[in-house]
Amino acid sequence: MAALIFRRLIQSALILLGVSFITFFLLYVLPADPVRQIAGRSATPQTVANIREQLGLDQPFVVQYARYLAGLFHGDMGRSYLQKTDVTALIMARLPASLLLMAAGIAAELVIGLTMGVIAAIWRGRVVDNSLMMTSFVTVSAPQFVVALLLLYVFAVKLGWFPIGGYGTPAHLVLPALTLGILGSGWYARIMRSSMIEVLRADFIRTARAKGLARRRVILRHALPNAILPVIAMIGIDIGIFMGGIVVVEGVFGWPGIGQLAWQAIQRIDIPIIMGVTLVSACAIVLGNLLADLVVPLIDPRIRIR
Amino acid sequence: MKKLLVSTALIAALALPAFAQETLDPNAKPGGGIVVTYKDDVATLDPAIGYDWQNWSMIKSLFDGLMDYIPGTTELRPGLAESYDVSADGMTFTFHLRKGVKFHNGREMTADDVKYSLDRVTLPATQSPGAGFFGAIAGYDAMADGSATSLAGVTVIDPATVEIKLSRPDATFLHVMALNFASVVPKEAVEAANGDFGKMPVGTGAFKLQEWTIGQKLVFAKNPDYWRAGLPYLDTVTFEVGQEPIVALLRLQNGEVDVPGDGIPPAKFQEVMGDPAQAANVVEGGQLQTGYITLNVKIPPLDNVEVRKAINMAINKDRIVQIINGRAVPANQPLPPSMPGYTKDYKGYEYNPEAAKKMLADAGLPDGFETELYVMNTDPNPRIAQAIQQDLAAIGVKASIQSIAQANVIEAGGAGTAPMIWSGGMAWIADFPDPSNFYGPILGCSGAADGGWNWSKFCDPAIDAEAAAADSMIDPAAPERLKMWSDVYMKVMEQAPWVPVFNEQRFTLKSARMGGADNLYVDPVSIPVNYDYVYVKE
Repeated sequence: MAALIFRRLIQSALILLGVSFITFFLLYVLPADPVRQIAGRSATPQTVANIREQLGLDQPFVVQYARYLAGLFHGDMGRSYLQKTDVTALIMARLPASLLLMAAGIAAELVIGLTMGVIAAIWRGRVVDNSLMMTSFVTVSAPQFVVALLLLYVFAVKLGWFPIGGYGTPAHLVLPALTLGILGSGWYARIMRSSMIEVLRADFIRTARAKGLARRRVILRHALPNAILPVIAMIGIDIGIFMGGIVVVEGVFGWPGIGQLAWQAIQRIDIPIIMGVTLVSACAIVLGNLLADLVVPLIDPRIRIR
Repeated sequence: MKKLLVSTALIAALALPAFAQETLDPNAKPGGGIVVTYKDDVATLDPAIGYDWQNWSMIKSLFDGLMDYIPGTTELRPGLAESYDVSADGMTFTFHLRKGVKFHNGREMTADDVKYSLDRVTLPATQSPGAGFFGAIAGYDAMADGSATSLAGVTVIDPATVEIKLSRPDATFLHVMALNFASVVPKEAVEAANGDFGKMPVGTGAFKLQEWTIGQKLVFAKNPDYWRAGLPYLDTVTFEVGQEPIVALLRLQNGEVDVPGDGIPPAKFQEVMGDPAQAANVVEGGQLQTGYITLNVKIPPLDNVEVRKAINMAINKDRIVQIINGRAVPANQPLPPSMPGYTKDYKGYEYNPEAAKKMLADAGLPDGFETELYVMNTDPNPRIAQAIQQDLAAIGVKASIQSIAQANVIEAGGAGTAPMIWSGGMAWIADFPDPSNFYGPILGCSGAADGGWNWSKFCDPAIDAEAAAADSMIDPAAPERLKMWSDVYMKVMEQAPWVPVFNEQRFTLKSARMGGADNLYVDPVSIPVNYDYVYVKE
């Protein structure tokens, strides 16, 4: 097990290195000059040249990248070009909000998605199943912006049950999490349904039923734990999707996460922030996958990862 | 010696020895707080760095410079300087500072702080986007090339007097001293912030920063020791960031927000203006802005002035104004109408596609030509570009639209690779209310250098010389100077490096409980509102 974790950590580090290189390179070849953004429209050529030299942006790509990596190994993600503040501090100030929203969003997805999936599997082929699968298809296809604004309009503006955007209390969390939950639940519903149908056909379920166990107990105690495996793997992948996907939801609800930070930095080519957010997101994806790989064998001893 | 404002300053000194005289609004009630929203987070509150329309007015309320503007107008008035003298040749300014002005940290502001602040903003290590504005101060060049660490032209005479010597006459110098970049900052607070002054600002302004939760909100609290007696009226201004304009509007309608800083969302504009109850809370005003199409004079066939004139005559400006719901007025020259030096009786190029087509034929292009139009990719700019494309097609010019991110358009414009650029989203808004500000960087030879903002790469040394002569005059508002500037822009229009399209109007939406004169809500210097002078009625 320890060897496995060690090997996986090495692999993860290599992936992160690759991500950092590709992002840095893409920003380098971008036909836009970060120095112009810092220097502003009234700058003299001398000011532009001074800033370029101070930031080391006059150096060749290899030197710039090597310097960035050297900083990274010392735990220094650099300073924002435009905000003139430590990138680490900016990200750390916003990361808790993003993680909280992500956790709440995944919880909402699971509650909605698994319930839908189990119900659909039990009554497969019936009206309930068809309408639930239809719903999951609609929610998966719906644009985030529309669902977010719709929920905001109905539950916050019209009914006044929740605050109109913002951050701070559990009430603020409900609508953004629900938006993410509704949008992502369709995937879980479909995976859960097919996995459940498969398990319900298995011999041990028939045995359990034959022993005279209550149907409810068979489904919850025997079928569900066995059917849930693919879902756990899905959560790991979902973390990655979330890191990219909550930008819009954060925007609509005024949620102070790293998505907002990244969006603004991209507009102004604030390279240290773009790099920082990309690396943090990549870390989350790598960790999510790693966790899924490690947790699945714990639940099901039949699976061994080598 | 010219003593422009000494008399008013003397009256002030007699009436209130330690404070400036201030005409207070008799209807204003002190107290209360307002909520202002923005989509983007505030990048910095360092007056040497901040250069976007969001932090500009915030910094104005936290800091003061030697000069200032009468609220709601473009008229200069003394700020931290009680009065000033100008030498006969216009090359030496002596500023007499107000006594008893305190920084938010409690220390009294002195002449040393003024010198420190000007040194700091011009020091290359500060990376100030505004450093170039101080180019006329003696010793600036030595600062810019790193051979000096202090401006030779700025001398502390005594704790209440600063003398600034210029290396060349500069009619705009007093406007420059009213820019945020010239704000007076305390050295010890800058050093204590250890590079993070933009997040821990300390000034002499009407408000001080009380709280900043990154990504969520900033709270400005009233400075009880503010040197303008009786101001500000508000106890707090809360800036909530990360709020979509559409959400901000819903919250305003719900009574939770007082001023949506990003304005009325374009998609909701007609709905708001069509509802009398909401429209009553909208204040409309002009702004010192012009939207234009640049025609690159280095790229054939746009190097032919007749072709550029034909394009000027092909654009239907009224239709473009309709596209943005009438939130602008058509323009015919670079300067906006409210700018001194604007030429009122100039008619511009008339909209006449037939004549334009004929001019193209006379220029040897009877079948038109193919070109590219660069545009920033946010609404409504691509829609405006399509209208321009259709207008051009009507005279046989086939323009393909390059709709790309702002930074990429700026890059292409600076490099001179873009034949035509629609300036929307990046259009010139004046740094200060003087006609010279629309020339140098965007139409003069200095801006035509690689990377400059003169995207048509237009450079006429004769016009440049006239502009320089106009700026060597001492009084910025002298009629003969404004006449010269009017002349400069008329000569520019004869060469037609731009198609001036429109001047955007400002529409500020506020909550019904907000009070204060309308011009505070369309203040040409403080966008969206002048926080120091507005108040709440309840």
